[in-house]
Amino acid sequence: MSSPAPTFPDTAPGAVGSEVSGDDDVVAIPLRHPWRWVVAALLVLALAGLVASLWTNPNIEHSTIATYLFNPKIINGVGLSLLVTVVAMLISTVLGVLLAVMRLSKNPVMNAFAWLYVWVFRGTPLLIQIVFWGYLGLLYSQISLGVPFTDFTVFSVDTNTLVPAFVAGLLALTLNQAAYSAEIIRSGMLSVDPGQHEAAASLGMSPSYTLFKVVLPQAMRVIIPPMGNETISMLKQTSLLSVIAVLELYTVATQISSQNLRQVELLLVVSAWYLFLTSVLSVPQYYLERHYGRGTAAQAPSLLERIIQSRIIQRRKR
Amino acid sequence: MTETLVRARNVRKSYGHVEVLKGVSLTVKPGEVMCLLGPSGSGKSTFLRCINHLERIDGGRIEVGGDLVGYARRHGKIFEMNPREVSRQRRGIGMVFQRFNLFPHMTALENIMAAPVGVKKVERAAAKARAYELLERVGLSHVAGHYPAQLSGGQQQRVAIARALAMDPELLLFDEPTSALDPELVGDVLDVMRQLAADGMTMIVVTHEIGFARSVADTVVFMDGGVVVEAGSPAEVLDNPQNPRTVAFLNSVM
Ligand SMILES: Nc1ncnc2c1ncn2[C@@H]1O[C@H](COP(=O)(O)OP(=O)(O)O)[C@@H](O)[C@H]1O
Ligand SMILES: [Mg+2]
Repeated sequence: MSSPAPTFPDTAPGAVGSEVSGDDDVVAIPLRHPWRWVVAALLVLALAGLVASLWTNPNIEHSTIATYLFNPKIINGVGLSLLVTVVAMLISTVLGVLLAVMRLSKNPVMNAFAWLYVWVFRGTPLLIQIVFWGYLGLLYSQISLGVPFTDFTVFSVDTNTLVPAFVAGLLALTLNQAAYSAEIIRSGMLSVDPGQHEAAASLGMSPSYTLFKVVLPQAMRVIIPPMGNETISMLKQTSLLSVIAVLELYTVATQISSQNLRQVELLLVVSAWYLFLTSVLSVPQYYLERHYGRGTAAQAPSLLERIIQSRIIQRRKR
Repeated sequence: MTETLVRARNVRKSYGHVEVLKGVSLTVKPGEVMCLLGPSGSGKSTFLRCINHLERIDGGRIEVGGDLVGYARRHGKIFEMNPREVSRQRRGIGMVFQRFNLFPHMTALENIMAAPVGVKKVERAAAKARAYELLERVGLSHVAGHYPAQLSGGQQQRVAIARALAMDPELLLFDEPTSALDPELVGDVLDVMRQLAADGMTMIVVTHEIGFARSVADTVVFMDGGVVVEAGSPAEVLDNPQNPRTVAFLNSVM
């Protein structure tokens, strides 16, 4: 690649490679970025080396990966992880709206409660919250069944811990997420112009009608991108439920690998699934952003429009 | 039916230790157009916002259509209204803002329909027909499906006026409706307001458009420092001002 030539027609007439046309159009050689290519080449090499070393590693059995990728137990684990993610995100979002509204209300009791909630659930490790709810679930099942301690059999412990473990895990993730979502939703609501509240009030709209029809739809634009991030973290956080033996993806994988001792292979299987699921989860985010971006100047084009546009641009470049 | 639609008596309002309204009194008859003039910071917006209870007054009283604003009389006692009662009262008082404050996520048509459908529970089809009618009235039926961001300032303000009219208010409040507009767009908005006045709408208009005040207003009120300095017909206040503060202000804006 040659060094960039001066390309201003009026200062360097007839400079190497540049055209000086008769009209006013500047026909210039685009600025080149040689270092980008060097860095990209180095990265590709390094990545290829890493993949090759993993692929040719005699300690990794490719057949094991292939067998377990679509193993029914693994698929069930994937289903459960996804279910927990979706349910926890839905319920926590509702709770988050509630907490955000309380936090923004003039009622000092509500305000203090919401503050305390966020303080506690954001201020303690999620892992500890999960274990806490896990133990509480165990306790709850014993009390609620009203089984005397003497009648307790080994088998009933097993079945009883499994169902509450799922509920406990869901509860832990939901309550924790609500604290984070509340802050995201609150900042989204604060981003809405105060004039919107006044306009709604002057039309005789009630505070709750204003919230749902005027404020939240506008706040969504600000809320959705970080909530997409939260959804992806939630999916990955479901793996923490392995500490209370919820049969989600990671728990299932560790159960299998503890029997066949193929830890690395199963970790690769699990990682592939998480990667696939996080990619899939970003699709609804795209459409939600588009929906709530309506009426703004920078309206995102549809996925199809984007693909067509990029094709056209590429063709023009050639 | 009372002879006066709006009666403000000795209205006082403070922000912290700063008294912004220091006893404002005035009356507006049904069908009257009152223009409020005054230098920036004299309390015009604050007073307007007190009339529909966007701000709570600290003293005095405001009555619209014979009812106290923000308070209810029951068994000879006066109670502060709850949010629902305040909302109901505001339906009869429309407001148009300097910065339009249209709902950006709704089209022009949806902006106008929102309150009739959501608050008054008017049927959608009827509300839609009415919204088209109002858009026609402000000369904008061709942009019914446009979002506010796709409209010029003048068009947005006219949609905002239509939105306020959709609730069939007995009183319209305007807070500097043309101050945020490019000069060439001011005329369209003033024309709509002139037509409203001719149709008999009761209006209180905070404005710096002296020409509009002179030709449309029944009463001109000059405010300064949180008090009414001078009030009367346009001829009295604009052409023959008595108070030196009014004279100084008029010289500065004309
Ligand atoms: N929400 C508020 N908090 C504190 N001060 C305010 C507030 N709104 C208005 N003010 C003050 O009250 C005074 C009158 O304001 P305003 O009614 O907006 O005047 P005008 O509309 O005549 O320009 C100004 O000094 C302004 O700074
Ligand atoms: Mg003002």
